[in-house]
Order: sequence, then C-alpha cells, then structure tokens
Amino acid sequence: MNSAALNLDLTALLPALGMVAAAAAVLLLDLVNRGGRAPTRPWLPWGALAGVLVTAALSIWLIGQPAASFQGMAVHDERAQALNLVVLTGAALTILLSVRYIPNVNGQTGEYYSLILLVSAGMMVMGAATDLMVVFLALEIFSLGLYILAGLRRSDRRSSEAAMKYFLLGAFASAFFVYGAAFVYGATGSTRFDLIGDALLAGRADPLLLSAGVALLIAGFGFKVSLVPFHMWTPDVYQGAPTPVTAFMSIGTKAAAFAAFYRFFTEALATEQASWGMALAILAALTMTLGNLAALRQSSLKRLLAYSSIAHAGYILVGLTTAAAPGIDGALYYLIAYAFMNMGAFAVVILLERQGEMDALGSRLNGIARRQPMLALLATIFFFSLAGVPPFAGFFAKFYVFAAAVQGGWSWLAAIAMLNSAIGAWYYLRIVVNMYFAEPTAETRIEAEQLSVPLTVTLSLAAVFTVALGVLPWVWTELVQSGLVSVVVGGLAAR
Amino acid sequence: MALSIPYLLTVITFLPLVGAVLVTLVPSDGTKKWLALATTGGTFLVSLLLWTNWQQGEAGMQFVEEAVWFAPLGVRYALGVDGISLFLVLLTTFLMPIAVYFSILYVHKRVGAYMALMLLLETAMLGVFLSLDLVLFFVFFEASLIPMYFLIGEWGGQNRVYAAVKFFLYTFAGSALMVVALLIVYFSAGTFDIVALQNTPLPMAVQTWAFLAFSLAFAVKTPLFPFHTWLPDAHVQAPTAGSIILAGVLLKMGTYGFLRLAMPIFPQAAEQYGPLLGTLAVIGILYGALVALVQKDLKSLVAYSSVAHLGYVMLGVVSMNAQGVSGAVLQMVNHGLSTGALFLMVGLLYERRHTRLLSEFGGLWASVPVYTGLFLVVAMSSAGLPGLNGFVGEFTIMLGAYSYSPVFAVLAAAGVILAAWYMLTAFRKLAQGPITNPANDKANLKDLNAGELAMVLPLVLLFFVIGLFPNLFFDKINPSVEAMLATRSALIQQATAEQMPVLAETVEEQ
Repeated sequence: MNSAALNLDLTALLPALGMVAAAAAVLLLDLVNRGGRAPTRPWLPWGALAGVLVTAALSIWLIGQPAASFQGMAVHDERAQALNLVVLTGAALTILLSVRYIPNVNGQTGEYYSLILLVSAGMMVMGAATDLMVVFLALEIFSLGLYILAGLRRSDRRSSEAAMKYFLLGAFASAFFVYGAAFVYGATGSTRFDLIGDALLAGRADPLLLSAGVALLIAGFGFKVSLVPFHMWTPDVYQGAPTPVTAFMSIGTKAAAFAAFYRFFTEALATEQASWGMALAILAALTMTLGNLAALRQSSLKRLLAYSSIAHAGYILVGLTTAAAPGIDGALYYLIAYAFMNMGAFAVVILLERQGEMDALGSRLNGIARRQPMLALLATIFFFSLAGVPPFAGFFAKFYVFAAAVQGGWSWLAAIAMLNSAIGAWYYLRIVVNMYFAEPTAETRIEAEQLSVPLTVTLSLAAVFTVALGVLPWVWTELVQSGLVSVVVGGLAAR
Repeated sequence: MALSIPYLLTVITFLPLVGAVLVTLVPSDGTKKWLALATTGGTFLVSLLLWTNWQQGEAGMQFVEEAVWFAPLGVRYALGVDGISLFLVLLTTFLMPIAVYFSILYVHKRVGAYMALMLLLETAMLGVFLSLDLVLFFVFFEASLIPMYFLIGEWGGQNRVYAAVKFFLYTFAGSALMVVALLIVYFSAGTFDIVALQNTPLPMAVQTWAFLAFSLAFAVKTPLFPFHTWLPDAHVQAPTAGSIILAGVLLKMGTYGFLRLAMPIFPQAAEQYGPLLGTLAVIGILYGALVALVQKDLKSLVAYSSVAHLGYVMLGVVSMNAQGVSGAVLQMVNHGLSTGALFLMVGLLYERRHTRLLSEFGGLWASVPVYTGLFLVVAMSSAGLPGLNGFVGEFTIMLGAYSYSPVFAVLAAAGVILAAWYMLTAFRKLAQGPITNPANDKANLKDLNAGELAMVLPLVLLFFVIGLFPNLFFDKINPSVEAMLATRSALIQQATAEQMPVLAETVEEQ
C-alpha cells in the first residue's frame, strides 16, 4: 500500500480527537497544582465540560460534510454526528452530576473526568466505525474505562462487586464479539462492512459460518445494550456503580452499541434482512416485556431504572429491526430523548441518596411533593416522559420508532411495544402517585449536601429538553440532518 | 363580521395554558383564583367569536390553521372547527368558568396547583375538539389524562388515589393500541389529515384492525358498557369541579372520537361492527339506568346516569344517518350541560351537608325552595322533559335510531322511562315528604346565594334556549353532518363498486 492510497483524513475524527485532547488536558490540569493556596482540582469538571462543549460545536459544524477515512474503516456522516451529540449530552450532564458527588466517592477526580472523556471518545468512534475491527477497538476503549468507573468506590463492597461482575461478563461479551467477527471474516473474507456486503451480494459467503458469526456478534452487542437474555448483569452493575456513572452508562453504552449495531446490520447484512430481522424482533419483544415485568417489582430506584433501561433498549431495538432509514432516525431521536429524561431521573436518585450510599429506595419519594414541590414537578415530567405520555419527548420517541416498525411491516411488534408501554406506565405512575399522594415519612427528605447548583442545573436542563423535544421534535431531526443554520432558519420560517 | 382575531383557534386553545403559567407565577391565593376565572371567562368570550363569525351553511372546516409540525412523519399542527365540533368547543369554554367559580368558592387546598391544572385541562380538551391531524388529536387526547389524574388524586374524596390511578391506567392502556392503528392508517393512506382521511378509501383489513383499536380507545373514554367501570369511581371521588368537567366535556372526547374518526374514516368496518356498538350502547342505556335506580349516593346516581346518557349519544352515532348524528352532536352538548349542572347541584348540597346519601335528606322543598326548584329543572332536563334541552336531543336520536334499527329504538325508549323514574325517585327522596333530619331544617340549611345562583342560572337558561329553539343549533350542526355522511356513503359506494364491478355496471345501465 503506497502512501498516496493511504486515506488519513483527520477532520473526520475531529470530535473523538477533541475528547481525547480534553482528557489529556484534564489530566495535566490535575497535576499542575495539587495543593497550595489555589489548587486546580475544583476546576477539573469545568475543564472537562468545556471540552465536551467544544467537541459538540465541532460535531455540529461537521454536519453536512460527511467524510470517510482510514480506508473506509470509519465514516463520519450525519448519523455519526447525531450519535456524537447523544454521547456528548450524556457526558455533559454526567459531569454536572459529578461535581459534588465524585469527591465523596473517590479522591482521584482528575482520573475520573479524563476517564469519562475517554469513554465518550470510544463511544463516538464506535458510532463512526464501519469495520468490525474498529468496532471492537472502540468497544474495548469504552468498556475498559467503564469497568474502572463502575468500581470507583474501592472501599464499597457493592461497587467492587459491580465492577468485577461488569468486567467478567463484559470480557465474555467481548470474546463473543471477537469470535463472531472471526467467523464473519472466515465466511466473507473481510471485516469491512461494505466488503462483507459485497461478498454476500456475490454469494461468496459460507451461510453456516456467517450465521454462527452473526449470532455471536448479536450476543456481544446484546450484552452491551442489555438485551434479554443477556441482561443479567444490568441491575447489579447499575445499582453498585456510582450513580452518575450509572446514568452515563445507561445512555452512552446504549447509544454507541446501537449505532454499531445498525451500521453492521444495514451496511454489511442488508441482503440478509429476512433472516435476522425476525431474530431481532423476537429479542426486542422479549427485552421489553421482561424488562417491564421485572421493573414492576423493584423497590430500589436504581434497580427500577435498570430494568426500565432494559425495557427502553427493547423499544429502541424495535426501530432497528426494520433496518430502514426511518427506524434509525427514530432510534437516534429516542436516544437523545432518553438521554435527557433518564439523566433527569438519575439526578432525582442522587438527590435522594444519603451520605455514603449510592442508591435510594423508592419509598423515599413518598409525599416529597409536600416538601419539595419543584423537585416533584420535575420528577413527574421525567417519569411521565419515560412512560411515553404526550406531550413529553418520550411519547414522540416511541411514536417515531414504532412508526418505522409499522412502515416496515412489523405492526405486531409495534403492538407488543405499545402494550408494554402501558405496563411501563404502571410502575412510573406508581412513583408519581407516591410522590404526590403518599404521606411523607421520616425518610422523605433531601440531605443538604446532595443539593448543589450543578445538580439543579442538570435537573432543569433535562426537564426543559424533555418538554422541548416533545413539543418541537423537528428541532432535533433538522439539526442532525441539515445543521444548526437550518434549525434557525426553520424556526424563523415557522413563525 | 364584527371582530376577527388572527389565529383564532390557536388563541382559544392556548389562552388557558398561558393562564396556567401566570397562575403559578402570581403570589397570593386570591389573585390565583381570580386570574383563573378571568382566563376561563376570557377564553369563553373569545370563543364566542366562533359563533359571531360563523359562515352559516358552510359544511367544511372553518377558521383553519395549518403548519408543518414534524416533517419526517408528515405530522401537522392543524386546527379547524365545523358544525360537529363548534358546540363542543363552546360547551368547554362555557363550562370552565362555572367549574372554576365553584372551585373559587369551595377549594381552599393548594389553590395555585389546582387552578393551573384546571387550565391545562381546558387546553387539552379544546385541542382534542379542534385538531385536524390525527397525531395532534392523540397528543391532546392523552395529555388530558395528566391534569385530570392530579385533580382526582389530590382534591378528590376518600378513595381518590385508587380512582385516579384506575382512571389513568384504564384510559392509557385503552389508547395504547390506537397509536399502532393510527400508524397503520398513515402508512396505508399517506396522511394524518383527518379531513383527507375521511375522503380516502382504505383496504378492508386496515379498516377492521384500525376501527377496533380506535373503538377500544374511545369506548373506554366514553365509556361504553363493559368498559365503564372506571367512571363511577372517578366521578364519585373527583372534586365537584372535576366531575363537572369530566362528565361535561371529557367523556365527549370518546363519542367525538367515534363520530369524527372511527365511523367516517373506516366506514365499512363501522358498518360491520355498528350492530355490536349499538348493542353495547343499548345495554349501557338500560344497565346505567337500572344501576342508577338503586344508588344510595346521589353522586354515583348521576355518574351511572351518565353511562346511560352516553349510550344514547353512541346510539345516534352508530345509526349514521342525519337525524341520529345531528341528535348525537346536540345530545353531547345537552349531556354536558345537564349532567354538569347535576354535579354542580350535588356539589352545592355536599358543601352544605358533607354527605350525599339520599337517606340523609328529605323535605328540602320546605327548607331550601330555590335550590330544590332549580334541582327539579336540572333533573327534568336530564330526564328529557319536552321543552327542555334533553328532549330535543334524545328525540332526534330516537328518530335516527328507529330508521337504523327499530329494536334499538324501542329498547332505548324504555331507557327514557327509566331515566324519569330514577330522577323522580331521587327527587322525591331529596325534596318531598317531611323533614326527618334536623340538619335539613330551614335554620340549618342555607338556600343558594347570589354567587351560586350565578353559576346555575346560565345553565338553566341554556336548557330552555336549546329546548325551545333547537334550530339555532341544528342550523349550524346539520350542514357539516350531512356533508360528512355524504362523503362517507360515497366512499362505501366506491368500495362496493370496486368489489363488485359487474353489479355496479348493471346498476348504471338501469
């Protein structure tokens, strides 16, 4: 391969590079002045946040100038930028949630913030990958970071258990993934999505090897997004990890893995839709049903949100089952809506935690509306949105995704999904019932140290966007498809 | 044309929402109350422009507004009003100030939140009646659950939380499948435009499934027997103003859904399942009336009478002929006024005695004559006494139902007798005979004061206006109803012609 053929267009990777640079800057900033009269440590989250915002701006700037790079192993199209924005939203809100939280969990804040940024970079690369090897690289980059983050509170047994469990099962999942990739390579002679697609089109693929490979890849992806039956780790890890990390995982991992999922299935396996579409549909139906049914019985808020996150993975998978453009755009819309409403829900959990613990019982919300009416109102928005009640973002997200399913001929799957969202309404509504109509107990209070300005900002941002995305859904689709200018112009024209 | 306001329908729909925001911002309870009243009153006055600026004789949508809302799925923000929805809109804006005024007098707990929720509810209800886009309709339809849920759950009676949760989950689950159905319709017809859909023939398979899913959502909302079990709970537990709005307006969202969407968009499926719906409606009429007959609690009596009354409305809708449908539209308004007024009267009594058990009362004629007299008028309006509003609607529906199916009409007529029976029985227990309980004495029970009269009298006045001059209303209702029915039968004919081309040709030759 001569250098002229070597395509190394780095502009395509700018967002991921931005995150890596920010991570390095945060690490250095941590080292500059660790003690003394003006330690730099309090500035770390704001440095990290600035990095995220700059990267988001870069990402928005790149919309509309798609580029393929590294011999077709990565591509930066509108969907990659949309995914970047989802991940960056998650990262930014996580950083805001961590400002007060992390110093109590672990003193090494410099590492924490740089890890968040590096994990985000990995997720963003995954959304751009068009080659199984790059997908694997990205998977490992963000997974390794998340293993560490899950076990951040070293003195806590639960946290260590979560990290260990996540690491062991995650390693298994990675192994499955690599094994599957090897099979696919054996069957088609390539790991690049377009070349795999060509091989299938030309009929050069060994069907048995290929289906074994694809099945293993689905298992690997399934672990990452916690599809049933690969979901066992989710409740324990979600409960044990520090809450901001859990919140970040629930959004970032889902977004990245689903992005790779859709690219692989639509670009490499487009011709095989008939055979794996049904498999994905069944997985989706199982995932949402089991997730919702299990969530009905949870008393811990984090476990409830863990099972609810499994259910939401099922809803998103409904969009991907079709492998058509509307389903994927729907899934991306779902992810951004989910990022805001779920971050909001986790911020509520953080508020309810007590010094030194990393979970809260749902009963602590009993009667909270009497003591914290504003918080109850915001929490109500998040939970109604998660339940899919209009006019909040969660409704439009479901509507968009299920529309794609109906369009693709999967009406029965959309029907199962809607019935599931009725089940989901039951447990989200129960929380709202308890907040407003139950009698407050001695447990119903918020410790002053949990309440901080960044947390309030997170709650408000999440609520504002949960409402705004529901009322003005076109802002997001317009932004990720045509850029910021178009949104502004569109907004003016609508008036 | 006196005054015209641009974007009139948007203004009407979202004025209460603006009011809700303002109510949460102003400081004192007193200001909040009067601001809420001013908002609902203002909305009513603005909505009167619909009446004054009405294009008489025009069948189609008026005051139409349209904008793209979400292009990828062809969802529009489209509002419009025709003869079918006009009076439901006016009913909503008319009942709201009354409900709010009642609350000003009797609600003292967390007034700001209460008033804000009432105003949010008004926006959602108006949105349902004014939407010309299926998705927009659905958004408002579902959004109305949230404020009502809190109104029942926070300000209701003893069992309020149970009733609120039951209300929410029942209706939410009922409409879950409607989402899928409206998507199927969209991908079959290519639009969410309600008016366009009424002109688009759909394949029979789509019609069947979509009709069943839509019907389930609306049957729960209406409620049609056997989906009515949430209603008595919700009504008995809801605060009085909540009951007025629930019975007066919210239930109409179900029958309106049938009339505007399910019946005209899926005409053949509606023909096929019409007898089933008609049977359920008749069962509802008789069952609701019989259960009302044995109620000990005045409020649950009124709640069950609602099941019966909405059975009439459904019967008119199902019959799908000019009299039936026009009667149904007017009867929706009548039921809103009469039952709203009944709940108001029950609420006024409850605030005095803090009980609604009929056995606690008796002899009210002697102690509170003004109240009792007005109660009698309201009860008679609900029972369908000629000269009052209820008669006009029920009679017109009966005419329509008779030409649809004489059996249904005869059975429904039996319901009229039952209605007179339970209303008069209730009145006898309430008002006649000697005063047995000293709490009902003249000394202990106060008659209506001026403020309370101001709530009841406009309703009573409208009973007479509708009862004596029904054509004021039918003139605006009929053209739209006839146009809708004509479009619908053209669709059915077209479909039949496609199915049986040979037969159609022979008919043409003749």
